Amino acid sequence: MRDNPEQIILPHKVKVKEIDSSILIEDEELKERRRKRITLIGQLLIGIFGFVLWELFAKWKIIDAYYWSSPSIIWETGLIAFTEGTLWSDLLYTSGATILGFLLGTFFGALLGLSFWWSYFYSRIAEPYLIAFNAIPKLALAPVLVILFGIGFSSKVVLAFMMTVIVTAIAAHSGVKSVDSDLEKMLFSLGAKKHHIFAKVVIPSAMPWIVSSLKINIALALAGTIVGEFISSRQGIGRMILYAGQIMNINLVWVGVVVLSILSVLMYVGTVWLEKRLLRGRRIRE
Amino acid sequence: MAIQRKEGSFTMYKLEVRQTNKIFKKEGKEVVALKDANLKIEEGKFISLIGPSGCGKSTLFNIIAGLIKPTTGEVLLDGKNIVGKNGNVGYMLQKDLLLPWRSILQNVILGLEIKGVTKKEAIERAMPLLQKYGLGGFEHHYPDELSGGMRQRAALLRTLLYDQDIILLDEPFGALDAQTRLLMQTWLLNIWTDFKKTILFVTHDIDEAIYLSDEIYVLSPRPGRIKEKVDVHLSRPRNEQTLLQPAFIDLKQHLFALLKQEVVLEK
Repeated sequence: MRDNPEQIILPHKVKVKEIDSSILIEDEELKERRRKRITLIGQLLIGIFGFVLWELFAKWKIIDAYYWSSPSIIWETGLIAFTEGTLWSDLLYTSGATILGFLLGTFFGALLGLSFWWSYFYSRIAEPYLIAFNAIPKLALAPVLVILFGIGFSSKVVLAFMMTVIVTAIAAHSGVKSVDSDLEKMLFSLGAKKHHIFAKVVIPSAMPWIVSSLKINIALALAGTIVGEFISSRQGIGRMILYAGQIMNINLVWVGVVVLSILSVLMYVGTVWLEKRLLRGRRIRE
Repeated sequence: MAIQRKEGSFTMYKLEVRQTNKIFKKEGKEVVALKDANLKIEEGKFISLIGPSGCGKSTLFNIIAGLIKPTTGEVLLDGKNIVGKNGNVGYMLQKDLLLPWRSILQNVILGLEIKGVTKKEAIERAMPLLQKYGLGGFEHHYPDELSGGMRQRAALLRTLLYDQDIILLDEPFGALDAQTRLLMQTWLLNIWTDFKKTILFVTHDIDEAIYLSDEIYVLSPRPGRIKEKVDVHLSRPRNEQTLLQPAFIDLKQHLFALLKQEVVLEK
């Protein structure tokens, strides 16, 4: 045996190889990637299928194209509106008002919610008013706001602001209430003053709460802007839809709806990016 | 009444708690959380407080840390009254209370940040400590990536780096498993020897109290008060062998008897 060790090792090696080939090694990463790919393909197929069905139904007159339009007509009408009409500037107007109102509403809402940490009485006295104000259908106030702020850009920003500010304030307030009092105690024991605790514990603790309201807020802000444009406006996609409806150009209404949907998705994606930035360095456990 | 043995009539105590009472009012009734607490602690000693829940340990710690004010009495640090003033002693609570959004390094320098030390200097002071005391390589990890024992180390280093002469530890190893606990106790003794701090340590564990301490105060509940002070004359450095010495066993029996009375009384 000693004289020829290879003879002993070789069959052994072969054996291992045989076993190897029969063992099923599960590559978790590969599986995960495949799962994701299949999901994406499925999602795309459903979308395409929907559009194709819409198009065909309109063509075969199963649905009335006058009311329901069709993807190809919307595309054509949209192209004309972009190139010959004012769709670009309308889009800019609407998205501008929405984003500005969203940013202002989120910022001041967060500021308001966080401020409740500073005083027990201030927070307790203000709380019912916050809830009451949240319950008011702000959109119902739109006519008043348009009269107050005019039919221009600012009334739309104010509406988007109103839609978002209280939601954020309530979220931030919840965040403030959830701050671990032992963390405050620990900081006090390190000689901290109130402002240290606010900066080092309260704001970071409340941040996930504030961030969680962003996605809802962007949709609310858009709704606010569009209602503002419906009430009275010289520009914007809301105004375009209203105008198209009045002249019975239903295809143009559909163009407006589709453009708004795309805008909404894009702003949602932007919000997700913003979320990631605000929670950077924080590990999110799932 | 608390039993006090004077070592010398002119000893300057590092920390003195004098005739301190804390009374709360709850549903119209007065609850005495702490009654006539007297402590005289010399510099550099390791002191344990042991007793069942409700014996006023946490109240006493909060008073010393300046987080709550006593109803009567005073707390003297180097002869100066520090009642109601926070930030004079290091205080570590049972939970590690690391901020989850900060890395270990950023957590450890928190106290220095509050003191106004520049970030650069704070990091320069923290890094060698992290290296030396078993957290090297984990500076930039987040707390939820670390084991319970390592998190407690980080929390203690944060307290240590805050650099006060006295450190209060409120059951720091309560949540750890037995093996980790023994490692951490030895680790703590090393730190205590290196830094020459005065440590006040709350625990439920008799073995832990004897193993670590120079003096043990036994507290009893309702009303929370100091029942007896026990001196531990076991040589240092201590190790696992210490746990088997006859003197250790004797002390353990004595303390066990004292605490057993309390438990019986409670029922």
